Amino acid sequence: MADISKDEVKHVANLARLAISEEEADMFTKQLSSIIEYAEQLNELDTEHVEPTTHVLDLKNVMRKDEPKEWISKDEALRNAPDKQEGYFRVPSIME
Amino acid sequence: MSLFDHSIKQLEEMLHKKEISAEDLVDASYDRIHEVDDQVKAFLTLDEEHARNQAKQLDAAPDENARLFAIPAGIKDNIVTKGLRTTCGSQFLKNFDDPLYNATVVDKLNAEKIVTVGKLNMDEFAMGSSNENSSYTPTRNPWNTDYVPGGSSGGSAASVAAGEVPFALGSDTGGSIRQPASFCGVVGMKPTYGRVSRFGLVAFASSLDQVGPITRSVEDNARILEVISGHDKMDSTSADVDVPSYTDKLTGDVKGMKIAVPKEYLAEGVAPEVKEAVMSALSVYESLGAEWEKVSLPHSKYAVAAYYLLASSEASANLARFDGVRYGVRSEKADNMMDMFTYSRSEGFGDEVKRRIMLGTFALSSGYYDAYYKKAQKVRTLIKNDFDNILKDYDVVIGPTAPTPAFKVGEKVDDPLTMYANDILTIPVNLAGVPGISVPCGFSESGLPIGLQVIGNAFDEGTVYRAAHAYEQATDHHTKRPQLGGAKS
Amino acid sequence: MNFETIIGLEVHVELKTESKIFSSSPNAFGDKPNSNINPIDLAYPGVLPVLNEEAVNYAMKAALALNCDIAANTKFDRKNYFYPDNPKAYQISQFDQPIGENGWIEIEVNGEKKRIGITRLHMEEDAGKLTHQDDGHSLVDFNRQGTPLIEIVSEPDIRTPEEAYAYLEKLKNIIQYTGVSDCKMEEGSLRCDANLSIRPIGQEEFGVKTELKNLNSFSFVQKGLEFEEKRQEQELLSGGEILQETRRYDEKTKETILMRVKEGSDDYRYFPEPDLVPLYIDDEWKERIRAEIPELPDARKQRYINEMELPEYDAAVLTSSKEMSDFFEVAVHHGADIKQASNWLMGDVLAYMNKHYMELNELALTPEALATMIKLIEDGTISSKIAKKVFAELVENGGDPEKIVKEKGLVQISDEGQLTEIITKVLDENEQSIIDYQNGKDRAIKYLVGQVMKATKGQANPPMVNKILQQEIDKR
Repeated sequence: MADISKDEVKHVANLARLAISEEEADMFTKQLSSIIEYAEQLNELDTEHVEPTTHVLDLKNVMRKDEPKEWISKDEALRNAPDKQEGYFRVPSIME
Repeated sequence: MSLFDHSIKQLEEMLHKKEISAEDLVDASYDRIHEVDDQVKAFLTLDEEHARNQAKQLDAAPDENARLFAIPAGIKDNIVTKGLRTTCGSQFLKNFDDPLYNATVVDKLNAEKIVTVGKLNMDEFAMGSSNENSSYTPTRNPWNTDYVPGGSSGGSAASVAAGEVPFALGSDTGGSIRQPASFCGVVGMKPTYGRVSRFGLVAFASSLDQVGPITRSVEDNARILEVISGHDKMDSTSADVDVPSYTDKLTGDVKGMKIAVPKEYLAEGVAPEVKEAVMSALSVYESLGAEWEKVSLPHSKYAVAAYYLLASSEASANLARFDGVRYGVRSEKADNMMDMFTYSRSEGFGDEVKRRIMLGTFALSSGYYDAYYKKAQKVRTLIKNDFDNILKDYDVVIGPTAPTPAFKVGEKVDDPLTMYANDILTIPVNLAGVPGISVPCGFSESGLPIGLQVIGNAFDEGTVYRAAHAYEQATDHHTKRPQLGGAKS
Repeated sequence: MNFETIIGLEVHVELKTESKIFSSSPNAFGDKPNSNINPIDLAYPGVLPVLNEEAVNYAMKAALALNCDIAANTKFDRKNYFYPDNPKAYQISQFDQPIGENGWIEIEVNGEKKRIGITRLHMEEDAGKLTHQDDGHSLVDFNRQGTPLIEIVSEPDIRTPEEAYAYLEKLKNIIQYTGVSDCKMEEGSLRCDANLSIRPIGQEEFGVKTELKNLNSFSFVQKGLEFEEKRQEQELLSGGEILQETRRYDEKTKETILMRVKEGSDDYRYFPEPDLVPLYIDDEWKERIRAEIPELPDARKQRYINEMELPEYDAAVLTSSKEMSDFFEVAVHHGADIKQASNWLMGDVLAYMNKHYMELNELALTPEALATMIKLIEDGTISSKIAKKVFAELVENGGDPEKIVKEKGLVQISDEGQLTEIITKVLDENEQSIIDYQNGKDRAIKYLVGQVMKATKGQANPPMVNKILQQEIDKR
């Protein structure tokens, strides 16, 4: 199962919202295949009875009180927006 | 002699005695930056006018209680600074002039009255080991500008090594503080995961990222970590564990200290001159009364593979927010929603970032999750157990920071896997979540620095500092300075 | 061929905490766009989520009220998808360890009770809001981003659109009783997606299901499902096949319309949220929340039947919404007669609400005022007839019934002397009616009573009028 096909690379690029050219698709296919092949060495290890580690620290139930706080102004919220209109962020519609 | 050859403690004393002023320190920093940064390219953004005004104000209102009063600092450009451009080394954020808030570490440093002189160059979104993935310009190694400074905190390490600032903040996900510290001959600490708040550190791999100081000496390093450590209610993964005085731990005494030396850290792939430097460091420890033994971290050879799957998976989600809607750059070709996403991201990200996003997306995608992501999480458990087992019986683990000294610019840039292998000795530490420091331990034949890595128990940075400091004080590697500036590189 | 229908419902409910689930921004509806947000809601680089404890409490309360098992170990996951209203491009949700599982609620349709299973109840964050313009652009408001949500997924136990309607009503009612949400569909604090498939009776395997979205009211859910049920049946009977589609219900044409055909399943690449640590819910925490759950509608209904001796129908109507039931309880608490309070609520109050399309809380009438008015009727200060006038005033403008009665001179005339005088005058003017009555025409007396009421503008005390009238006629 090592290896990733060019079609899979294109699918993954699409999932990640990256536009890649045919040339780039070739390059990434080659590079990702070798990385994934390298990752196959993990299969040398029997991990059937090993718990996965998501958090290296044993923390739990970290929560805050339900208290609303002011932070930024409405102007600040839109300060870095590439496009805005009347207090809204503006984006192109789904279809052209 | 530069002002920054003094320790931060000495600088503070000089300031309080009025032998120097805040303006002198800020001048020293910018003078040096203007002198050498054309060659080093450590800084992406300078905040000169603001910094100079701030120095004037500090001189007008001296504060002996501020622990870092008027100390100039460089901040890695993936740590957000209110009102100061923060790019993460990426074109996507080239116009991100006001992140609207300060990272907790920046707030903590500001409370002790540092002066931020500017933002430091880095591999784009901290993905890289050479700084060649900066989308602006690669930082160069101050010891020899044909060589890389390491990465991703290459700008941070180079700026300190070049004497531009007395300290810098970096971030370390798989070695990004320690490896450039090693390459640039400075001291770099990756604290225990959870020791320092990640709030305001632009996430690469959330379960691995930590902010840490890069300094010229262990003492300075301990002094900075004291300030930036501690629980932060804005970061759920920051630990509510007391912060001891790290500087108090620097006793110089390592008598009876038990050192573990993993055989995997001196194995094939580690350059002979690096091995030699480490072996002679161990004999220094012996002469100081410490004991060392060879041990094994049997799963460390799997660390790189596990790391790239885990870090890339987390990154694929962490970097998804760069979509061209709320900040950053939107592509001119954004005629519809889909194009806005894909073109903005494709134009804004470099190849390494795209590669890792795709790898992570793949590792998480349906049908592959168990085989790659979950498998890597299980291997992470094994690696963590390795460290837990060793650190039960030993005070610290010691080995090299990187398998080689700095390599030449362009040497590894086309081969991602070879580049990744550079982090083979630092990555396991991130996976285990324990603290690790790199201290200078000699030079290669070609005059490039070599770093010694000291790894300790979780939340026991004190012992790591004590071990690193004792070695540092017993040797003179840390007093050497690169030739820059007047001399042609 | 006869088919069996299988319906599943996914309900999203916004929790009315003070602040958002992962940031301290105010959780409020209806403010100016992009005013209730901070860098965390905007997914600025470097920000981190911190869980709001109250959101967990509320979710747990809802889960317990819906008879769910509470997970001792639970956590959050990232659900990855790009959309302009989803600022991180992942939604923090719960994937494989939802806070609640294996719940159920009981519905009643045509007098038959049925238990509908709840597969899971999980916590997540709401997204912002995208408004499409006709100039090729859409506008994004992130105020809603980060509002705490619970998603409640039913088991495929629902067999008819009518059951679906009853399930939604019951679900909404229970959650409103717990107080964790307003459940206002018109404000989006309750939203529903429905899916439906059909299979030949006797077949075990489920048919291909279609999903209905953008359903703006419970009755549209029912109508949409009714249409979809028929559409699928006709499709299959005419030899066609059902595709995995997302459809919407068009309120004008009363049809479901294809939005998109699903190709395979969406790949959301769920993985555990590394920025949030796991939750461990021990019995102490769980029981503390359970103890906070107020009496739920079924229990209340039983109490109305058993202790208040109300007919089952009345008890059901009164408990069908928390607002109504609370109104009733307050009125009774303030001394209103149980049966009277129930009658007024189910009669005049409901009629007024229906006529004006108003909610109970929008009326000027308070439960205290209703109680006072009922007491005025009981102690004879006003007649039931006059009460209608008082009610009309209370429901429109509110106020104190005693004051209204006094100011408008609506107090009942119960003075015997005064009534005798009026009655004598009425009798003098209607001698023919007296004769008719004496000749056995009972209706004549009713006419006379009417005349007395007319002369007193309805304020005469009816039993006294009857009594004195009889006496006076007998005298003649």
